[in-house]
Amino acid sequence: MLAKQALVCAFAIAVMAGTTAYAVQPDEIMSDTAKEARARDLSRELRCMVCQNQSIDDSEAPLARDLRLLVRERIAAGDSDTQVIDFLVARYGEFVLLKPRLNPHTWLLWFLPPLALAGGAVALWMHARRREKSGTRDDASLFKLTADEEARLERLIAAEPSPEQKL
Amino acid sequence: MIAEAGHYALVLALGLALIQSTLPLLGARWRDPALMNVARSAAIAQLIFVASSFAVLITLHVSSDFSVVNVFENSHSMKPLIYKVTGVWGNHEGSMLLWVFILALFGGLVAVFGNNLPLPLRAHVLSVQAWIASAFYLFILITSNPFLRIANPPIEGRDLNPVLQDIGLAVHPPMLYLGYVGFSISFSFAIAALLEGRIDAAWARWVRPWTLVAWIFLTLGIAMGSYWAYYELGWGGWWFWDPVENASLMPWLAGTALLHSLVVMEKRNALKVWTILLSILAFSLSLLGTFLVRSGVLTSVHAFASDPMRGVFILLILCVFIGGSLSLYAWRASALKQGGLFAPISREGALVLNNLLLTTACATVFVGTLYPLALEVITGDKISVGAPFFNLTFGPLFVPLLIALPFGPLLAWKRGDLLGAAQRLTAAGVAALIGLAVVWAWIGGGSTFAPLAIGLALFVIGGALSDVAERIGLFRVPLGIAVGRASGLPRSNWGTMFAHAGVGVALIGIVCETTWNSEFIRSMRAGDVASVAGYQLKLDGLNQRQGPNFREMVAQFSVSLDGELLDKMTPSKRNFTTRGATTTEAALLTRGASQLYISLGDIAGDGTIAVRIYHKPLVLLIWLGPVLMAFGGLLSLSDRRLRVGAPKPAKSMRGLQAAE
Repeated sequence: MLAKQALVCAFAIAVMAGTTAYAVQPDEIMSDTAKEARARDLSRELRCMVCQNQSIDDSEAPLARDLRLLVRERIAAGDSDTQVIDFLVARYGEFVLLKPRLNPHTWLLWFLPPLALAGGAVALWMHARRREKSGTRDDASLFKLTADEEARLERLIAAEPSPEQKL
Repeated sequence: MIAEAGHYALVLALGLALIQSTLPLLGARWRDPALMNVARSAAIAQLIFVASSFAVLITLHVSSDFSVVNVFENSHSMKPLIYKVTGVWGNHEGSMLLWVFILALFGGLVAVFGNNLPLPLRAHVLSVQAWIASAFYLFILITSNPFLRIANPPIEGRDLNPVLQDIGLAVHPPMLYLGYVGFSISFSFAIAALLEGRIDAAWARWVRPWTLVAWIFLTLGIAMGSYWAYYELGWGGWWFWDPVENASLMPWLAGTALLHSLVVMEKRNALKVWTILLSILAFSLSLLGTFLVRSGVLTSVHAFASDPMRGVFILLILCVFIGGSLSLYAWRASALKQGGLFAPISREGALVLNNLLLTTACATVFVGTLYPLALEVITGDKISVGAPFFNLTFGPLFVPLLIALPFGPLLAWKRGDLLGAAQRLTAAGVAALIGLAVVWAWIGGGSTFAPLAIGLALFVIGGALSDVAERIGLFRVPLGIAVGRASGLPRSNWGTMFAHAGVGVALIGIVCETTWNSEFIRSMRAGDVASVAGYQLKLDGLNQRQGPNFREMVAQFSVSLDGELLDKMTPSKRNFTTRGATTTEAALLTRGASQLYISLGDIAGDGTIAVRIYHKPLVLLIWLGPVLMAFGGLLSLSDRRLRVGAPKPAKSMRGLQAAE
């Protein structure tokens, strides 16, 4: 099983081989289209716990079907979206959420991307400032020619015919 | 006997790799050309031995030699020939052998085409290449030998996982590996530069074509994998933010950043230290991807612990190479001299912004992929990080990137004129606004996201076109002169245009597919008609068919538009007897860049069959975009100035040295 899964992983196919049912099926769909749309949106945020990072909306596993039906059951019973999510988290834990909630455990997860961006920007800005300071000093020294270079430059200018002479 | 020959060839390749990893280094230290040249012959010989070993494994699979465990577990005598061949890398051991084969292939190419590299640099590069190779040969020989025999050979094999019995397997993994492993060259060059303590614009010139080759393959490999998943999985998804996909996306993001920073380094001799770091990171992320996929750690942390040999071994390789290279970097990078200065608003500045955003995007994917694993190992808590997280964090990073993208090529080096660039982008901006307004009016308000995203995509495409139009003076000079200039324009400029336009094209596809996808899920019986996005699809009937190693149930649909019959579509469900597994073969009908997509579910007791039909508008643009990007890369690669390892200055320099 492990080898099989590694194999499937290898080719970026997120499917559990061997099962036949698939994603949302005709008999699951609710007659109320607004409620069905809500169910679909919720399903996309919920993980099929036996699959590899698949939402229950995409998954073929029987467990995903059970969860889809459960979501629809709760919606039919008049739960709000948050209530449905809370119900599922109470039952299955945070693992069921594909978008983890913000809590001390996930601070790093949520804040690292913006921090990386800000940190990178600050580092660049500081680097540029430091370079600019040291750079202008270097540049100033580069602009001054040595006596030898001055003499060579004079010779070159004298040897080169000016554009007017060419005409 | 032949299996043993393959095994032995692999052992010999390991021996050669060990020689290649040490002698040339000593040669470089002692300035001994003969020792340094060992690298070249060893790399070529190594390639020959790995290639023979790989050829042996293919032969074993083709001849269905079930006395070899690998063939027994992954093949079947009735399997079509093409899948017998592709099945070679459709399993752990075989795909690792493909990995080292491609590694040796790149080493061999450097050896053959690297004649104009300075001798010590080539010796260093090939040595580093051989360190990587030795580690992976050892890994294969110790933990994943594909040539193991069975004492009592069975008469029939267990067949390949049916999902993998597809043409996708023939193309996707080799391409992906050519990309993954291709980054080993820039890695080796980076380490060589650190070892030598010398790096200059010529270095960037040598590295750029190799990075470009790897990037082209990785781009195509990822796109190909995405399309494969799209048609094979039966529900029309094309990107899942699955850890395995993320594993290939991370090197791609780092590699894209690397390509851009190499441009700065080659043209302006700046960003050297950063470029070295990116080269190390791109390949480290490739190694990480290999670890994630090959160790089983993704399935579960516990699965990893229960079969730890392979995982621990790759983890060890990972730690040695990433840790080692980063330590070397920390130690030696300060020795590298900084290059040219530039103002924040300049081509360099734009490319730095590109790098900042791409590496942050890469870090986001990295955190999202590894955080759940780390958290579970450390605290035991299980959380999931999936598509909603990435859409929320990764998506926004691409907005500034795409807004800034058209400006980059229009800014001058050193100090650019933002206002001037903006003026030259007027046409692109107007096109974007018109597109935005048209889409807005067409959908009649509602979602603001889609029109804005399409406007942005048009801006990117328009910007890419304006860049070339500016360069050839289109509409400013007579057409004849403009055409003349266009033919004289360096190919790398055309390459930039195609690659950048590809980004916009892909974005249009993504937005259209996710926003205006129509779906029809119903149970149907023969004679029923489904109506999706204006198309009528009539289920004509179901019948059974026998394939080479499967039985399938085929449904036939007649597709018509406004009463006119367009075509027949035949989705099917295959049942593979050996593994008892079922796959859905979706049927696709392409209309322009849009597609109709049908896949079948189960037959119910009352004789109806569950059917899913999608209309996916402009979905093909999602993959046309990457194809354009890769084509742009290919154009840049064919640029005379960039032809693989043909930097002119180096030659004349060597000539000078010889004259001394």
